[in-house]
Amino acid sequence: MTYQEKKSIVSVITVILLFISFWLYMYPQHPEGGLESAETFRYWGYFVIQLTLVSIVVHIIISIIFNIVFRMTTREKEPTFADELDKLISLKASRNSFFVFIMGFLLAMGSLVIFEPSQVMFMILIFSGFLSDLTGSVTKIYHYRRGV
Amino acid sequence: MGKNLVGNHIRKLRFNHDEMTQQQLADKVGVTRQTIVALEKGKYSPSLELAFRIAHAFNLHLEEVFFYQDNTKK
Repeated sequence: MTYQEKKSIVSVITVILLFISFWLYMYPQHPEGGLESAETFRYWGYFVIQLTLVSIVVHIIISIIFNIVFRMTTREKEPTFADELDKLISLKASRNSFFVFIMGFLLAMGSLVIFEPSQVMFMILIFSGFLSDLTGSVTKIYHYRRGV
Repeated sequence: MGKNLVGNHIRKLRFNHDEMTQQQLADKVGVTRQTIVALEKGKYSPSLELAFRIAHAFNLHLEEVFFYQDNTKK
């Protein structure tokens, strides 16, 4: 298995574990009271910002650890640049990722149209963000294994 | 996924050039070893520029390294 495939698999595992653990950590902190209160909106805003920041930091840390482990186990240096195949696969991954997020965004707006509480809209938005991240990594694994 | 119609003789040519490794060829043409692996397995059709660079690395013409396999013509 190549560096890129391993890195994508690690990314998938990281995204899943991070999302589940963050959700389990944050969900009990959901404020009591009305679903449309200012406190609830503040909670969801805090949720999204914190998840974004935490996931950036975790991805950087995991990437550094992964590179160290990769060097130690394979005695190879990780690629220091992205060539045309990497860029092409990255573009396809971004395309699929954006598609999933846009679908989630439209679904979230649809939930408002059918008078669902704003909480549902936030949940769909956050979940589609998770799914889009996952889709990007899975697309990379698929194309590195099956070709372009 | 579309079937890859561009074939190549890279593996054979590497062998004939002092058993050049995939990494050595990758360094010569400025790509990662992963891309050479994908090319040899027929999982990727290179850009024209990369195809020329690979042909130059072996001091050969493009057609001597790459070939087009059109399965629709009988």
